[in-house]
Amino acid sequence: MLEVSQIECVRGSRRLFSDLSFRLEAHQALRVRGENGSGKTSLLRIVAGLSPAESGSVSWNNGHIRALGEDYVRNLLFLGHSNGLKDDLSAVENLRYALALAGVGADEPALRAALVQQGLSAIADLPVKLLSHGQKRRVALARLSFSAQKPLWILDEPFIALDTASVETLARTITTQLQRGGMVMFTTHQEVALPGTAMRTLELGAH
Amino acid sequence: MKGLLIVGCRAVVARDLLIALRHRSDVLTTFFFFVIVVSLFPLGVGPEPDTLREIAPGVVWVAALLAAMLSLARMFGTDYADGTLEQLVLTPQPLVVLVMAKVAAHWLTTGLPLVLIAPVLGLQFDLPAGSLATLLLSLLIGTPVLSLIGAVGAALTLGVRGGAALTALLVLPLYVPVLIFGAGAVVATATGTGSAGHLSLLGAMLMISLVFAPWATAVALRISME
Repeated sequence: MLEVSQIECVRGSRRLFSDLSFRLEAHQALRVRGENGSGKTSLLRIVAGLSPAESGSVSWNNGHIRALGEDYVRNLLFLGHSNGLKDDLSAVENLRYALALAGVGADEPALRAALVQQGLSAIADLPVKLLSHGQKRRVALARLSFSAQKPLWILDEPFIALDTASVETLARTITTQLQRGGMVMFTTHQEVALPGTAMRTLELGAH
Repeated sequence: MKGLLIVGCRAVVARDLLIALRHRSDVLTTFFFFVIVVSLFPLGVGPEPDTLREIAPGVVWVAALLAAMLSLARMFGTDYADGTLEQLVLTPQPLVVLVMAKVAAHWLTTGLPLVLIAPVLGLQFDLPAGSLATLLLSLLIGTPVLSLIGAVGAALTLGVRGGAALTALLVLPLYVPVLIFGAGAVVATATGTGSAGHLSLLGAMLMISLVFAPWATAVALRISME
């Protein structure tokens, strides 16, 4: 269970949000919504433990995430604003190294299967720098196929640059994760439906 | 758990080496910078063998420092820009160990080529065989220290405008002891006093920086990510 209590975020001299609290439990999704610059990415980075909050705390199963350290990170899948892909490496290579670092074992056929599922089989061996925006995003999203055992997914604008079919695939992946007992926290500007799941919306900049 | 760590480290090293292989120009730039800077001195100073022998250790070592400097921006810079650094910080393995893997990959692609070519460059300065061997050995012990200390500077200046110049200002003073004992070892061999003392001190510096530099780099990386 993820519990965020009374966090405040200040960037420069601007207070983006304060006194923000919410809980996220198994099977729940939280969609963070707000204008550009309202602090969505900052909130996600705070929850992931990448940056500290000005005040307040983020806890995972009643332990402070700073104190838990790697024991928290083990439960977490974070997909940031940038895709985390190396331009000179192919999609398969990028996926292989990302998974090795995340501590997930996957063999070559499994890697290729995940890319096929993203509709990327034809370009799996091309350097990522030759791919389009949406294709790069899908290479990054292929990590989701291997993250079933990670209970908390934090996705920053996962739907951006995706075509309609990919948006549906991703929505299905998220739904499956929720049904499995996972938690998903994500930001998006577009309307997405996750039928049959408990999705709440958090408005930033509204209070 | 331990197995995971080894897999993670191997992935970091393998990825960085593969990128260096695909992007050979980065590695070759550092290498040829070193070769050209060292080769300019005999041309500028003149062909007097005694002078050349005397300045050789200092010239090679200063060129090695500058070449190491030149490659530091790449150590974390591209990872920071493309988001892979975020993923590195958010792995279940201790960041300190992964940092060591990154430094090892950096040394293999920038430090080791300098070590291997240095004896050949030493011939231009008419260095005797004994001095060449000491030069090789001192660089072999000293260049990993350059990568380790440089990593701290590179991590601290991530995302800062004019980071490269700032890294130089931060790191070059810290390189001074390595320069003194590295060049000193070669001079000591030439004068016949023996280089064991200098090399031992270089070894001690390597040990100390192996313990402290990755830890400081990991802390600096976390601060830069905020």
